[in-house]
Amino acid sequence: MATSVAHTSAPTHHHYTTLGLDSRKVAIWAFIGSECMLFVSLISTYLIYKGRSVIGPFPHESWTDPSTGQVLKPILNIPVTSASTFVLLMSSLFMVLALAAVQNKELPKRTRGERILGNSKLWLFMTALAGTIFLSFQAFEFTSFVHEGLSIRRNLFGSTFFTLTGFHGAHVTAGVLWLVTLLAIDYRRGLGSRDSLLVDICALYWHFVDVVWIVIFTLVYLLR
Amino acid sequence: MATTAIRTPAYGAEYPGEHGGLYSWLATVDHKRIGILYLYTALGFFIFGGLEAVVIRAQLGAPNQHLVSAEFYNQLFTMHGTTMIFLAIMPLSSAFFNFLIPLQIGARDVAFPRLNAFSYWVYLFGGLFITLPIFFAVAPNGGWFGYAPLTTKAYSPGLNIDFWVIGLQILGVSSLAAAFNFLTTIINLRAPGMTLMRMPMFTWMAFVVQVLLVLAFPVITIALVFLLFDRFFGTNFYNTVSAGADPLLWQHLFWIFGHPEVYILVLPAFGLVSEVIPVYSRKPLFGYPVMVYSGILIAVLGFGVWAHHMFAVGMGPIADTFFGLTTMLIAIPTGVKIFNWIATMAQGAVRYTTAMLFGVSLVGLFTIGGISGIMHSSPPADLQQTDTYFIVAHFHYVLFGGSIMGIFAGIYHYFPKITGRMLDEKLGKWHFWLMFIAMNLTFFPMHFSGMLGMPRRIYTYDAGQGWDLYNAMSTIGAMIFPIAMLFFIYNFFKSRRSGEIAGSNPWGAGTLEWSIPSPPPEYNFAKIPTVTTRYPLWEGKEPDHESARINAQEGKTPHELGIIIPYSTMKPLLVAAGLIIMFCGLIWSHVLLAVGAGTLILSLYSWLLSPLEPEHS
Amino acid sequence: MNVPDSAEAALHAPTGEVEHSHPTWSIYWKVATILTIITVAEVWAYYIPSFVASRGFVPTLLILSALKFTIVVMFYMHLKYDHRIFRVLFTGPLLIAALTLLALMFLFGHLYIKVM
Repeated sequence: MATSVAHTSAPTHHHYTTLGLDSRKVAIWAFIGSECMLFVSLISTYLIYKGRSVIGPFPHESWTDPSTGQVLKPILNIPVTSASTFVLLMSSLFMVLALAAVQNKELPKRTRGERILGNSKLWLFMTALAGTIFLSFQAFEFTSFVHEGLSIRRNLFGSTFFTLTGFHGAHVTAGVLWLVTLLAIDYRRGLGSRDSLLVDICALYWHFVDVVWIVIFTLVYLLR
Repeated sequence: MATTAIRTPAYGAEYPGEHGGLYSWLATVDHKRIGILYLYTALGFFIFGGLEAVVIRAQLGAPNQHLVSAEFYNQLFTMHGTTMIFLAIMPLSSAFFNFLIPLQIGARDVAFPRLNAFSYWVYLFGGLFITLPIFFAVAPNGGWFGYAPLTTKAYSPGLNIDFWVIGLQILGVSSLAAAFNFLTTIINLRAPGMTLMRMPMFTWMAFVVQVLLVLAFPVITIALVFLLFDRFFGTNFYNTVSAGADPLLWQHLFWIFGHPEVYILVLPAFGLVSEVIPVYSRKPLFGYPVMVYSGILIAVLGFGVWAHHMFAVGMGPIADTFFGLTTMLIAIPTGVKIFNWIATMAQGAVRYTTAMLFGVSLVGLFTIGGISGIMHSSPPADLQQTDTYFIVAHFHYVLFGGSIMGIFAGIYHYFPKITGRMLDEKLGKWHFWLMFIAMNLTFFPMHFSGMLGMPRRIYTYDAGQGWDLYNAMSTIGAMIFPIAMLFFIYNFFKSRRSGEIAGSNPWGAGTLEWSIPSPPPEYNFAKIPTVTTRYPLWEGKEPDHESARINAQEGKTPHELGIIIPYSTMKPLLVAAGLIIMFCGLIWSHVLLAVGAGTLILSLYSWLLSPLEPEHS
Repeated sequence: MNVPDSAEAALHAPTGEVEHSHPTWSIYWKVATILTIITVAEVWAYYIPSFVASRGFVPTLLILSALKFTIVVMFYMHLKYDHRIFRVLFTGPLLIAALTLLALMFLFGHLYIKVM
């Protein structure tokens, strides 16, 4: 397998392309453009149904069950989500460091700092780890919501919230798998500057998923 | 360029069964072979969807008939629409995208050959998934637009809609994968000198269509995900009864996709006709840049007109005005195209071959459909016409008169390039005239039955409402289609075996695809040409003699030329199979779901970690 | 046609020009700091009831969020330095997506257009 990996990642300079760009990078940007429409469809639906749930719990307001008199508090946990948002933001930093480390793999590392910054395995691992922590936060959030009475079937808020954030979570999961795969390749045969495209397209995807979360965090969690 | 450098590549062991046998087709990653697979499959679905229409018309031929039940009639019209749109016209366009784009831009293949194979297999499996249920009378029955809440579990409890939701989701994967592939191909694999404004018009329209696909399909994907979740997990997206959901959500999401989809269906045909008409008029396309800009404008405006499908729901004066106006605006670039085709023919040395007849008929028939379209761009007029046979007449004039006629023009024009043999012109003309008569006899009377108030989607009607004669005419017309298609099918198979040998450029066309042998060798261009003009074979000021000579040679193997060809592989097929099994599992069993997901992931990894082609040494 | 990929070029530069790639590291850290500060400001604003009730709350948060979005896209996704085809492939769809979102907000009554 190690040899075949070498094949896949071989720089494609010997193939003529019109723009002198690698086709995979063109394709990932087209994919990201397409994903804009995907997430806008999800976000639009969330906003359309905002404030239109017939029964609680609600994201930012309390709700009293008319039949039992039980009061359900606002369900969103801003401190926890702020923490997970921070983790995801940091993952983007780790990702650019991973890419820079791979691109500069062949440069001599003189100081300890340069060696740390140039350690692609470390930064790929940190990115994947931050992604996993984000997913754990999400799992915690989802289960606690369900305990507090908000399921995906409960009301319009539940359906739109879980679907929107779940779709984002699925994207993060795919990204973590991608990162782990890169990490495995790095361990197996080492990623060098000639492989930077492999890391670059993963990084573009990863940052895009981060950017989507920036929008979701504001529109879903902070705006009332 | 650099690919053809003198250095000798280290070849892989061998290319198993490259020139025949079932395996060679299952494992092919050659864009031309995949195009042929698309062509055969889509023609098969086209005939199947046509037969569904024949049954529909037989049922409606006279008042108070009971040839099929109301329930089965619902399945018939739903599947007729779904089949024609997703399984016939789009993949027929894909057949041409596959076959022509690399040839027209001077490339050896698409950007991602294996992804291309994957798109085809997903399409084939998804098509079967959504088509086979009709044999068990559980086919989708909610219309091709699947309006929710009608399609939610509360109103459509059976499996029918499940097949539709999942089937469309599968087909979406295929369309999106193909769109990224062609988009990248056109952006990045054009031959030296093939600037955007030198690209053949078909490739231009294909480019616009890929952009539309990339932007429109995610929206239907999400709308379908909501419906899927509502049906399988009890979410509330379309639950208007107890959860307070908005009944217009589906309609908006669907038509945000649905209107660009209309241009996805018709622009490839426009592109084909823009290749056909100049060749048989012996004149370059009139107003090439304007044709390009109008195509782009149609695509951009196409995202701002969706709610004209919804005037009847009452969106208020601002929305009605806005969408009415944008709809009228979009007629301008479309009209520009019509005039440009006419101007191309004007004072040309016009040859009425079968391809040209189909091409010219598109110009006329699409204009009729376009004009009735402008009629219902006005909301008050639309309120009278919506959901009547007038609308059915309109969209059959644009989709049959436009897309299908254009696609047949393309088939007659490019058959020699695809197979190396000519289609029989005499049989072709029989096919054309029968189809032309059938088309007008079927759909023109629908304008009248519609204006007289005949609603769509009813399975029968009472006598004495003034609809009888028009329906009888439509039904007679519909019965002529199968005869026309028999001429085509006979011609197709006969000519493929014993048609006249075509040679590289039987029509005297001017674009790059005609500079290479017919059928093209697997590497397309022995030497990647350098392009200096829009019609390199017509007006090349400094013709690239060197590459023209090399490219016209037949029978050289890639090995002799030092060209690297991607490995054949069945991995894309396996990934597609895993995907389908996974989706089947959603309906039938969780075990299947797990097996499908496992197959998908394992074969995907195996695909991504294996090399596309032999390494250069 | 072949606009050189400046970031890429800098990174593939021979050792003599190594210095060029170092500033990117410092930019990365700066960007991370700015993103963190904006996020803290956003969450902070959320906990000021008088500000939340004011008319400036929604626009402020939208602008801050758009700012973060732009910074990540420009620097982390290096769109600022990359080939312009990538800008076209991203901003075109983003524009259509944003307009679609606005149109939907209007159609479902979350945005109003005042007519006399």
